[in-house]
Amino acid sequence: MTLTDLTLAQARDGLRARDFSAVELTEAYLSAIAAVNPRLNAYVLVTDEAARAQARAADAALAAGDHGALTGIPLAIKDLFCTRGVRTTAGSRILAPFVPPYESTVTANLLRDGAVFLGKANMDEFAMGSSNMTSAFGPVASPWTRRGDNRALVPGGSSGGSAAAVSARIALGATATDTGGSIRQPASFCGIVGIKPTYGRCSRWGIVAFASSLDQAGPVARTVEDAAILLGSMAGFDAKDSTSADLAVPDFAAACRRGVKGLRIGVPREYRMEGMAPEIEALWQQGLGWLRDAGAEIVDVSLPHTKYGLATYYIVAPAEASSNLARYDGVRFGARSAGGDLAELYENTRAEGFGEEVKRRVLIGTYVLSAGYYDAYYLKAQKVRALILRDFTEVFRSVDALVTPTAPTAAFAQGEKMDDPITMYLNDIFTVPANMSGIPGISVPAGLDGQALPLGLQVLGKPFDEETVFAVGAALERAAGFTALPGIRAGG
Amino acid sequence: MSLDPATVRRIAKLARIRVDEGQVEALRADLNSILGWIEQLNEVDTDGVAPLTGGTQMALRLREDAVNDGGMAEAVLANAPDRDGDYFAVPKVVE
Repeated sequence: MTLTDLTLAQARDGLRARDFSAVELTEAYLSAIAAVNPRLNAYVLVTDEAARAQARAADAALAAGDHGALTGIPLAIKDLFCTRGVRTTAGSRILAPFVPPYESTVTANLLRDGAVFLGKANMDEFAMGSSNMTSAFGPVASPWTRRGDNRALVPGGSSGGSAAAVSARIALGATATDTGGSIRQPASFCGIVGIKPTYGRCSRWGIVAFASSLDQAGPVARTVEDAAILLGSMAGFDAKDSTSADLAVPDFAAACRRGVKGLRIGVPREYRMEGMAPEIEALWQQGLGWLRDAGAEIVDVSLPHTKYGLATYYIVAPAEASSNLARYDGVRFGARSAGGDLAELYENTRAEGFGEEVKRRVLIGTYVLSAGYYDAYYLKAQKVRALILRDFTEVFRSVDALVTPTAPTAAFAQGEKMDDPITMYLNDIFTVPANMSGIPGISVPAGLDGQALPLGLQVLGKPFDEETVFAVGAALERAAGFTALPGIRAGG
Repeated sequence: MSLDPATVRRIAKLARIRVDEGQVEALRADLNSILGWIEQLNEVDTDGVAPLTGGTQMALRLREDAVNDGGMAEAVLANAPDRDGDYFAVPKVVE
């Protein structure tokens, strides 16, 4: 067993017992990155010198008995989180020269608890994508391949670099963000755990904004307990985010040990989609069986507006993005393209700085907010959004959590589903409703499909009840006993 | 509702994104296919439904109206593509 095989909880215990040092652990990861990252492109920047310095500081803290929750734990940071003095690009050419003079609240919380940052993880440009194909820094390859087929697959997106890095064991855990499924779908594709907490649980301050009423940070990790430990550090009230929830952060790791005896688990019938792979349907049934065996009661429920979630999302998210991305004008920060006058400078900067998918969404957003169309599109979408929330509110009166598949398919090949945008958007059909309603959701690896690719199950919970989500996720994890490893990985 | 080329050019202008004449048709087709798909929301009866505007069901907080930041011109200007002293510099706007 090498150091990169340890889970976060095991590594934390090993560091505290002085079985190995933080410097040794970080060096093991830096070597693994050097060996594996050229095949994956999961990192867009490796901050090796800073990581070594943080690891030395962690060793000093451990020697003094003065450790935090994550002292010496090496993490990858999605390149959407601003990191002081370290280039932060959001996967976009327009932010290629940007070096933030401040630290995001989430990464500051991780640093406060002693984490070591290995570098910045690749992602879809401005978190807009489900494949990591839209990054200005090139696509990320999944560490997984289909049996007997070595074509590169996508890791999912937008947190594709974070998920690929954790899956390939070139990070012990990673930060990610989820606006429509960008934590849970890549976690499902890469055979790891990812949780989007309740909107307001993690501060959005210092995270490059995509759609502010939907964006939420969370971790990706190898186990449910590891995700719980990371979220415990990332979460918490922040006066700098007006939507941050002023609530105590529960002991999420303890919740993983609760079990599901007596819980009522809802199965939304609208998630049984036409054309969904039979093996996903079968895995879903198996997951429900595991929970029943562990003492939960399984209940059929209805969320009638599920099918409208995606179309609602593709009005609300582009509308908010078109406003948020107005700040990239080539004047105050980021890349600038020359123009004869100021208007031409703006137009050239944005034409050359944004990729195709980002431009498409900014244009859609501009249109649905423009005079004469606002009521027909944006206001209509906000009303349907209210109905989606109402569906969940009513269902959660009678059940403690919901269990669904995370995504309608396993990972697809790079270049597939690129012909028209809507095919790509359909990836998020099971994840988007949680963003529309603000509720928490976790994806847990539950099995492999016929081509030996991982499939995840999703657990959705009540607002600010991540503890039940962790309890159910951990029960699924224990029953599934998912031990499959990707072909491309550290020490593999 | 179907977008025509003139509307695509108008939206691009509003969004301050240069769109070359050769790109208009492809963009028009893409945007129309997305907007056509979105039309399915018209099936949903939303009469009397109050719009949901945010991600949180909590009331937004107010903070004390006090200066709590500032005096960081160098940090603010550190990422400027062009500057002139303590100012951002842009091409001449007024002749």
